[in-house]
Amino acid sequence: MFSSPFVRKPTSVQSVMLTVLLALLPGIAAYVWHFGAGILVQIFIATAAALATEWGFLRLRGKPTALYLSDLSAVVTAWLIALTFPPLVPWWLIALASILAVGVVKHLYGGLGQNPFNPAMAAYCLMIVSYPALMSQWPAAGHLDFATQWDLIAGGVRDLDAITGATPLDALRTALREAASPSSPNHALNASTLMDGPAFGLAGGQGWEWVALGYLAGGLFLMHRGVITWHIPCAFLGALAAISLLMWGLRPDHFASPLFHIASGGSLLGAFFILTDPVSGATTPRGKLFFAGGAALMTLMIRDFGAYPDGVAFATLIMNLCVPLIDMKTQPAVFGHKQD
Amino acid sequence: MKLFKFNGGVKPETNKDASTALPIATLPLPGRLTVPLHQSIGGTPRPLVRTGQRVLKGERIGAADGNVSAAIHAPTSGTIVALEPAVMPHPSGLSALCAIIAPDGEDAWAPVNPVDVRALSGGELRDYLRDAGVVGMGGAVFPSHLKLNPGRQGKVQTLVINGAECEPYITCDDMLMRERPDSIVRGTMLMAQVLGAERILVGIEDNKPEAIAAMEAASRGTPIRVLAVPTRYPAGGAKQLIRVLTGIEVPHGKRSTDFGVQCFNVGTACAVHEALDFGRPLISRIVTVAGNVSTPRNFEVLFGTPMAEVVRTALPRPDTNRYVMGGPMMGFPMPAYGVPVVKATNCILVASDHLFPPPPPEMPCIRCGECAKACPADLAPFELYWFARAHNYGKAQEYHLFDCIECGCCAYVCPSHIPLVDYYRYAKSEIWARERDKDAADQARTRFEFRNERQDREKREKAEKLAAKAAETKAKLAEEATGAPPADGDDPKKALIAAALERARQQKAAVEPKNTDDLPAAIQAEIGEIDARRQAAMPAEPPA
Ligand code: SF4
Ligand code: SF4
Repeated sequence: MFSSPFVRKPTSVQSVMLTVLLALLPGIAAYVWHFGAGILVQIFIATAAALATEWGFLRLRGKPTALYLSDLSAVVTAWLIALTFPPLVPWWLIALASILAVGVVKHLYGGLGQNPFNPAMAAYCLMIVSYPALMSQWPAAGHLDFATQWDLIAGGVRDLDAITGATPLDALRTALREAASPSSPNHALNASTLMDGPAFGLAGGQGWEWVALGYLAGGLFLMHRGVITWHIPCAFLGALAAISLLMWGLRPDHFASPLFHIASGGSLLGAFFILTDPVSGATTPRGKLFFAGGAALMTLMIRDFGAYPDGVAFATLIMNLCVPLIDMKTQPAVFGHKQD
Repeated sequence: MKLFKFNGGVKPETNKDASTALPIATLPLPGRLTVPLHQSIGGTPRPLVRTGQRVLKGERIGAADGNVSAAIHAPTSGTIVALEPAVMPHPSGLSALCAIIAPDGEDAWAPVNPVDVRALSGGELRDYLRDAGVVGMGGAVFPSHLKLNPGRQGKVQTLVINGAECEPYITCDDMLMRERPDSIVRGTMLMAQVLGAERILVGIEDNKPEAIAAMEAASRGTPIRVLAVPTRYPAGGAKQLIRVLTGIEVPHGKRSTDFGVQCFNVGTACAVHEALDFGRPLISRIVTVAGNVSTPRNFEVLFGTPMAEVVRTALPRPDTNRYVMGGPMMGFPMPAYGVPVVKATNCILVASDHLFPPPPPEMPCIRCGECAKACPADLAPFELYWFARAHNYGKAQEYHLFDCIECGCCAYVCPSHIPLVDYYRYAKSEIWARERDKDAADQARTRFEFRNERQDREKREKAEKLAAKAAETKAKLAEEATGAPPADGDDPKKALIAAALERARQQKAAVEPKNTDDLPAAIQAEIGEIDARRQAAMPAEPPA
């Protein structure tokens, strides 16, 4: 049908997704710099698996494959999976996660635009529940060469001590537990002293703070290009800082500093790239604030009191569930109806 | 002066320079004029001429049908060769009654009678404008006399004159302001006088510096203030312009006069001036011809001129495949090249697939919220889209579907290329159709109930009559049998009277109980009002 408007802004789902991928590049560069090129292999595996799954489901559902494959949404999901998973998990874990994310979380719920949950985060949660050991092997910065990384990804024998340095969040948790026990030599040391250790780098954890900075740069780029608004990143990071500051102020020996929380784990990736997923996130300006604020609270609760090292993934899913309600309750007043 | 802002809006390529390079041109008289009788909001004017009749330029050929209507005039002198339906400049392609005029080439004016505003009462003045066919020239073609009612004294303090012209390609108001600013100022002052408005604001988008300068020069020494407003579509929407100039947001379904503001297009001001000061009715307008033509330009065009004839003068390119009336954001595709220029034709946008390519394939909504950011009515367009798609019209209305002004900003920015406005137009028409159906069903039900009641009553009455007759006969028989006069001679008559009384009582009871009767007076009044409105809105139904 031929009807107005006859002119359109030159934009597309593809160009939006491409901008998101571009914005991930600085973070990926820092990742490679500090932790080796293994992550690139993982990104490749995830992308291939996601696209293959997308293709299969599009065929099954009788949708135009070229059109939907080129929208790049599956690629964004794949990259987020690769970037949030521990970098040296075996290839099949990444592939399985990508297949589940695209096949189950996205297509079984109706495909592009229909999924209530963030596919990458849903896959992360499924995997950490199913393979808790593999999902907690985080390497310390830069002490594995590419050959070793390749071998591990390909499924080689895993000598845990050689590869894992424990994530900073994990290390802190363990150290704090230890410090709390009277029999330990570290007894009575507080969090900030513990964090002087080599695992902790400048702010978040050795090397991770640079990756986080890369994500920050990419996120600012997304904001500048208008792909995301300020609401979610600011509300998430702001609430994260405020709540952790409160807890840290009350019990500095028990809780980590706000800076640590912001710079480590998935905080910045979550703030700019995951919680901002438009499909599964809140859409109204006020709703975004509630959505991201809630996610920050959940993240901290899980990090500080839960069984898992990082909480962004679970927090995202929980808040995804609340989106319909949040959106409904936060519809802005329309033109001419603002006073009442 | 402090300007205000409206949310949303977009900045499409304006493409206005090409058609402002040359002055407004006049077309040679066309060979035939097809003048539709219905060119404004409201009733269709009654034809005042017969086939074969000679008419003079400016002679009234259609009389306003009621007060919500505006008269139609012969745009030139000539002969009425037919009064017949012709295809209208409307996407539906439907036909309506037109006066077909063969010009005699003399272009001879009928006698004109200019008036002195001060000598006329408000009512006389409004009748005069109605009979001069003056309507809104911004494209809405609402009869202007209806908007020139000051109502209670001092009610309209602010008169807003709309020269914003935010739609891409269209430059007819721009050129009018550049070339005839004095006429606009004069018309504006006349309208301000009629309305008793003290504050007079002319809003012009700041991408028209020449028009702003011309208007400023012309309004020197008057209370008119010419204000440059930021260029952002749809700054020229009446509600948006009122918001920008006064800070007032007029909600859907309310009149701007309730907030002390009235708004007219610059072209309307010009038409008011021509009508009152020169006695010339509205018979032509400035039309922009732009798009797929070699020499985009503005023309002064007589109503009824076939669009193709106007476009020919601007040299259309060979790949032209349709005309659009209006701009690229809100315009309508025309069903044929030969449809006439009417009072609403501000622009003939000549289209080709090269200039306006069909949109890329539609993708699912990704809830990116771009549409909500762009919506000047502060709606959530993608929510409306979901509801419209799901035929959930109740929800769509809850999310203010009817506040949508169909400006097209949402569809303009949507990365999924969803034709959002089409969904809203469809949903609105569905809702209207359902309301009509519901009203019709209500009426049918009322008729049905009424018929049932009538049949019941008739049955009852028959039975009573029969019973009475039987009683009478019985009494007579008894009388005959006993041979004695009845002790009480008028017994059967009494029975009849009692039966009639009973009937009356029953009827009264049947009429009385209504579930609305126990409601407070205010609500009853409201119900009465709604009923009255419904009656007024519904065309008389053929009796069952
Ligand atoms: S702009 Fe299009 S894709 Fe984005 S939310 Fe609106 S309708 Fe959906
Ligand atoms: S067309 Fe309607 S919903 Fe879309 S931007 Fe305009 S007012 Fe908003």
